[in-house]
Amino acid sequence: MAEYRTHEYDVLVIGAGGAGLRAAIEASACGAKVGVITKSLLGKAHTVMAEGGIAAAMGNVDDRDNWKVHFADTMRGGQYLNNWRMAELHAKEAPDCIKELESWGAVFDRTQDGRILQRNFGGHKYPRLVHVGDRTGLEMIRTLQDAGVHRGIDVHMECTVLALLLDDGRVAGASGYDRERGRFLLWRAKAVVLATGGIGRAYKITSNSWEYTGDGHALAYHAGAELIDMEFVQFHPTGMVWPPSVAGILVTEGVRGEGGILLNKEGRRFMFDDIPEPYRAQTADNEEEGWRYTQGDRKARRPPELLTRDHIARCIMREIRQGRGSPHGGVFLDISCIKSRLPNAAEHIKRKLPSMYHQFKQLADIDITKEPMEVGPTTHYMMGGVLVDGDTQMSKVPGLFAAGECAAGLHGANRLGGNSLSDLLVFGKRAGRHAADFAKEHGAARIDEGQADAAARAALEPFDRGFGNGSENPYTVQYDLQNLMQDLVGIVRTESEMRQAAGGLAKLKERAARAGVYGNREYNAGWHTALDLSNLLAVSEAITRAALERRESRGAHFREDCPDKDAAFGKVTITIERDPEGEMRVSRREIPPMPEELGKIIEEMK
Amino acid sequence: MPSAMFRIWRGDASGGAFQDYTTEVSEGMVVLDAVHRIQATQACDLAVRWNCKAGKCGSCSAEINGSPKLMCMTRLNSLDLNMPVIVEPMRSFPPIRDLVTDVSWNFEVKKRIKPFKPRAPDAPDGTWRMGQQDVNRVQEFRKCIECFLCQDVCHVLREHRKFDEFVGPRYFVHLASLEMHPLDTQDRVADVKQAHGVGYCNITTCCRQVCPEEITITENAIIPLKERVVDEFYDPLRKLVLKIFS
Repeated sequence: MAEYRTHEYDVLVIGAGGAGLRAAIEASACGAKVGVITKSLLGKAHTVMAEGGIAAAMGNVDDRDNWKVHFADTMRGGQYLNNWRMAELHAKEAPDCIKELESWGAVFDRTQDGRILQRNFGGHKYPRLVHVGDRTGLEMIRTLQDAGVHRGIDVHMECTVLALLLDDGRVAGASGYDRERGRFLLWRAKAVVLATGGIGRAYKITSNSWEYTGDGHALAYHAGAELIDMEFVQFHPTGMVWPPSVAGILVTEGVRGEGGILLNKEGRRFMFDDIPEPYRAQTADNEEEGWRYTQGDRKARRPPELLTRDHIARCIMREIRQGRGSPHGGVFLDISCIKSRLPNAAEHIKRKLPSMYHQFKQLADIDITKEPMEVGPTTHYMMGGVLVDGDTQMSKVPGLFAAGECAAGLHGANRLGGNSLSDLLVFGKRAGRHAADFAKEHGAARIDEGQADAAARAALEPFDRGFGNGSENPYTVQYDLQNLMQDLVGIVRTESEMRQAAGGLAKLKERAARAGVYGNREYNAGWHTALDLSNLLAVSEAITRAALERRESRGAHFREDCPDKDAAFGKVTITIERDPEGEMRVSRREIPPMPEELGKIIEEMK
Repeated sequence: MPSAMFRIWRGDASGGAFQDYTTEVSEGMVVLDAVHRIQATQACDLAVRWNCKAGKCGSCSAEINGSPKLMCMTRLNSLDLNMPVIVEPMRSFPPIRDLVTDVSWNFEVKKRIKPFKPRAPDAPDGTWRMGQQDVNRVQEFRKCIECFLCQDVCHVLREHRKFDEFVGPRYFVHLASLEMHPLDTQDRVADVKQAHGVGYCNITTCCRQVCPEEITITENAIIPLKERVVDEFYDPLRKLVLKIFS
């Protein structure tokens, strides 16, 4: 059918955030010819928004820290549904990945003796987050981008993948289009690494940009890979709530790491009211001790504001629902209160949290050194994703790898802050290396242009339907989908609401199939929005079905109708797969037993 | 709900014109919100680049009422809504469509700059020691979000089109971040003078004034680079000493 601009690589990386760039650099270092596809310009991926830091047990600030503590923290945070092998590798390899970044020019904040400084964060026992003020993600992506620039990696900017091409079950490449001209492209590849990030655009209130439409999740699913943990969507407890146009934009956990506290409208520090049992022994029971912890007192226990994100998001929801919220439907987050304890507090806040200062000043007319912020939960991160081998990051589909947010396993039922950036580095690197190995061992696959033709034909349908005449405005369908997921499959879930959501999704699917656009193919935002709908719908359906299947509350998944944990569900992950008829199949998968030595570490750290 | 008029440039490389759109505005809105509202309701094919919507990624650069700005950080209450708000693409770069320009030249420039090359590690575990006060100035440069507004406003590029001889403010900031990096061992001063063309900059500080990250581009990055070039190539005393002892 169409003429394709064709490119050929050993390893094709889809996505140019932290995981994609790290994978590309590693594959290139292993001798592979590498191409990277990104929907945006290089260096704009969501990694840039990461604020708090990169978790790595370097022990620079507290020498009691080591990989075992980090491993145990990650597993506890994930409610033991994590892929324990990934949690182990992650904790062991993260420090070396940090050193690598420094050797490529990253400039992290320093300790008094000139080493890399580390800060406190939720769920991490010791100060562990390597950071640069509150713009760590920018430092990381720019370092990777600059390190990749001189390696001869081809970057296809502003291109979107429509389909993975398969050769008898094995991955053979991908097809897609460029945004600039709307031309179709074909990438032949011996191995493909998915590094497409998350699904935040399925929800109305989100910290994610337009890019996060679950592309990798949907591409893998359609190619025959399995998805797991899709019910676990992380709602970050602190997003902006006012003014409406900025609702959802992230307020870093670093604010709380630096001593910020959460208050309801009565001025009560409500996080002290509900400290979960597994964390009671290591959480402060008074304000004084909590403050000392944030200032580096090794004998103090952490304040309850640094409990895990799932728990804090629910506590905030409780305050709001019970009428104790702030005027615009959030709660207060106050860092200005540290001025009673620190000299030059205003300067300190501006130095430690410069972009937060800037963001509130510019977008909400609030000076955070003087007054509290209003915050509420925002859809932030997808724990679920492509089921991969813990060591190689390869999915069930030979030659198809996944790393970072679109892969699943490391974080289990809830991710700890800071573990995402380290995840990108550790598993981006592993995926890159193993993809290069796979390419070496397996050689080229056969391309069936018919698969690309089918994808291209489907992609042009919105133009055939045109605008009006019974066709749907793609933006309206997208808004309705976001509202539906926000209202019915959000932080607090029930069986009946989710059944309603499933019905609503079926209707939205029909409407999406009628989405029409006008104009030509050059940088046509409406067309792009119409094409994004199918992936958004696929991940929304996966989230809803998995959440219906898990009849308990655990981690980020909270069901009002099953508010307790169920031990039986503690042994399984929910798996989503496409059956031969093209329907979504849900099943339970036993988590393999943990080796004795890892179990012992968890026991020791309890 | 009150409304406002937005006069948006629509077109491509072959030409274009301003078109007026009236849309509702509400408290706290930024220009990008208005553009999105117009896109969703009146002009579904309106092309605009954006990502983070929080001033952190540098995608939504445009010229608003003639000033280079990030659309996501320009509040409507900072503009006079009694007049149409004029939104046009960055004019220094070739237009692709509507508000989207071809900024690929910038990415090519970076490839021409000598990469970071660290000294040998200070400690046996492969790590280095640097004081916070030694990295402060480099950290200022590394705040750059590559929005290219400084490139857009720089008259050496905008008016004189010296794209082949001059790398522009963004890359002097990048060069400064490399040159002043405590660990870096590479020498780029000759390149700064010749290939990168620092001499074209006549320190009008336009770049510094539009930087959304408030990087002191002219004073902290460009002038120190110019001083290094002067030290190396134009120091009369040094010239004399070299002449006598060569």
